[in-house]
Amino acid sequence: MHEKIFEKIEMEKNQTGNIEFFLGEKEMKSFMLPEFIIERSDERCIRCRVCERQCPEGTHRYDGELDMMFHAEEKCVGCQRCAVFCPTNALIVRPHPSQYRPNANWTREKLQDLKKQAETGGVILTGSGNDKPYRIYWDHLVLNASQVTNPSIDPLREPMELRTFLGRKPDSLEIKIGEDFEGVEIQSELFPNVMIETPIVFSAMSYGAISYNAFKSLAMAAKEYGTLFNTGEGGLPISLRDGYGSSAIVQVASGRFGVDPDYLNVAAAVEIKIGQGAKPGIGGHLPGEKVTEKISETRMIPEGTDALSPAPQHDIYSIEDLSMLIYALKEATNYEKPVSVKIAAVHNVAAIASGIVRAGADIVAIDGLRGGTGAAPKIIRDNVGIPIELALAAVDKRLREEGIRNKASILIAGGIRNSADVIKAIALGADAVYIGTPALVAMGCTICQKCYTGRCSWGICTQDPYLTRRLNPEIASKRLVNLLRGWSHEIKEMLGGMGINAIESLRGNRDHLRGVGLEEWELNVLGVKGAGE
Amino acid sequence: MPKVVAKPEVCMGCHLCEVWCVVAHSNSKDIVKAFKYEKTPHPRIIVDENLPEVFAIQCRHCEEPDCVFACISGALYKDESGRVVHDESKCVGCLSCVMACPHGGIVIDLDNRKIVKCDLCEEIGFPVCVKMCPNEALIYEEG
Repeated sequence: MHEKIFEKIEMEKNQTGNIEFFLGEKEMKSFMLPEFIIERSDERCIRCRVCERQCPEGTHRYDGELDMMFHAEEKCVGCQRCAVFCPTNALIVRPHPSQYRPNANWTREKLQDLKKQAETGGVILTGSGNDKPYRIYWDHLVLNASQVTNPSIDPLREPMELRTFLGRKPDSLEIKIGEDFEGVEIQSELFPNVMIETPIVFSAMSYGAISYNAFKSLAMAAKEYGTLFNTGEGGLPISLRDGYGSSAIVQVASGRFGVDPDYLNVAAAVEIKIGQGAKPGIGGHLPGEKVTEKISETRMIPEGTDALSPAPQHDIYSIEDLSMLIYALKEATNYEKPVSVKIAAVHNVAAIASGIVRAGADIVAIDGLRGGTGAAPKIIRDNVGIPIELALAAVDKRLREEGIRNKASILIAGGIRNSADVIKAIALGADAVYIGTPALVAMGCTICQKCYTGRCSWGICTQDPYLTRRLNPEIASKRLVNLLRGWSHEIKEMLGGMGINAIESLRGNRDHLRGVGLEEWELNVLGVKGAGE
Repeated sequence: MPKVVAKPEVCMGCHLCEVWCVVAHSNSKDIVKAFKYEKTPHPRIIVDENLPEVFAIQCRHCEEPDCVFACISGALYKDESGRVVHDESKCVGCLSCVMACPHGGIVIDLDNRKIVKCDLCEEIGFPVCVKMCPNEALIYEEG
């Protein structure tokens, strides 16, 4: 890809217009309207050409003869890289005002998708999470606070516990106390647990989907803050195993990429990936052009070949099959690590989760309708799955009813946007949450949804050596740690307000939630009362 | 000896160091005014590109500076802090230093028949390119 940019720079030497700048790659005349409009203030533009160099799409162009900047708006994806880096704030990039005749049924997006499909004949791809206006239940749940009858706690003055343990807990706790109350011993069998300092874990994003620098930034931040990152299905590069293995949840997914005994044993926990919230029932496809030498080593596939993850795990067609893989992994790790099973939130999620716990999983990870992805068919991303809030409440309720809630921790993903969402998720029964998109945004992502192109201008979702160096792990990990620290402070403030001094006391405590603007059935599924009740 | 060091592994070739170097050595110190309404000075830091490799080059303030030995008029000298300093009033524009410098750290100012080079932003007090690099690809070593 950088050859293209190289050619561009070569052409710049002539510094005059070239017809290729205006010619698209398409065979036929495109009927699509530009998505964004670029407004350049000539009063401010100093012709430094930062915009031109920062845009991997080739939107901006400098003409040396006229000493002017030009742009081709149809190439702009609205990532805002140029606007952020313009040293004089000369650029405004905003949604293009051109419109078709307003129509509530045939929206601009629907029309554009139809035209795009008519021109390409393919499946429309997209990145990031579902952007459609499904009800966001977090915004219809409000938290409680202490007034008069119980005191609130100031987290700046009193200790506040966010430490969380992930894994199976014993059914009951038997304690043997020695004579004269000396030598207290726990008699019950204890299971492997992972300790995290805050109930926030970085979601599965593989090396391959994201750049080495982005992957390393997540690892560095997780280690520094005492939480975990998830390797996704792309393996864990050998160079990161010693330093960051103990902060990793390593994934075993349908393609089994990068799985070896060392990979499993170096990690804090192992996760079997069945599905992903952004594309339930769909596999993955890392195009060969992204499989560089380092990725091919990590994934253990030849360089330049497509990495195809099948839709199902072909050795798992039942709960019994799943149980076999769970115990195979426990055997491989000497029963020292919790094993997680990650599924997408779908219609029968509660029954499936119950089966997963009975199959021997120590953690159930559920990824909701709004979970992100590096690439997925748009039609799947926008229409398949159920909201995580409902799935979480249903799973927690079902596991409690069946008396097996203690046998597994619940990790949820897909749609967490801020610390209030985290605390509401915990009150609905989650042990901890996965954050993917918020972590990417902290590193620079603007959710332009073009992850699938491999030309991420922020250096996150790309393998182009010219683009990946834009993400400095030193800076990005600092930003991620700040995010974790900020959210943790806010969670402590909210807990203190409720008069609670440990996150453990809030877990599944729906009395601290009330619904606003929800229907009866929604309140029932969530298991919360309406506000005022 | 103090110097600015580039980290090529995180240099993204935005050329903002050049832009801010120009601003730092302008009269107004205002970015828009410096570029649009003043005689724009030359940047003393140059981003060298051989894509995807790219990094910024400027004076290394060498321990044994070839440019100082080559200078025929005594315009270049090493001061007590270890910096290689250019005295503009003595410069005759022979460009011997440019040929002697093994790093390409000296910039030719053709309009004035002189050279310009990194002065570590003496006037401002800290190297502006380091401060303004958006990706921390330039490090200031006080040495």
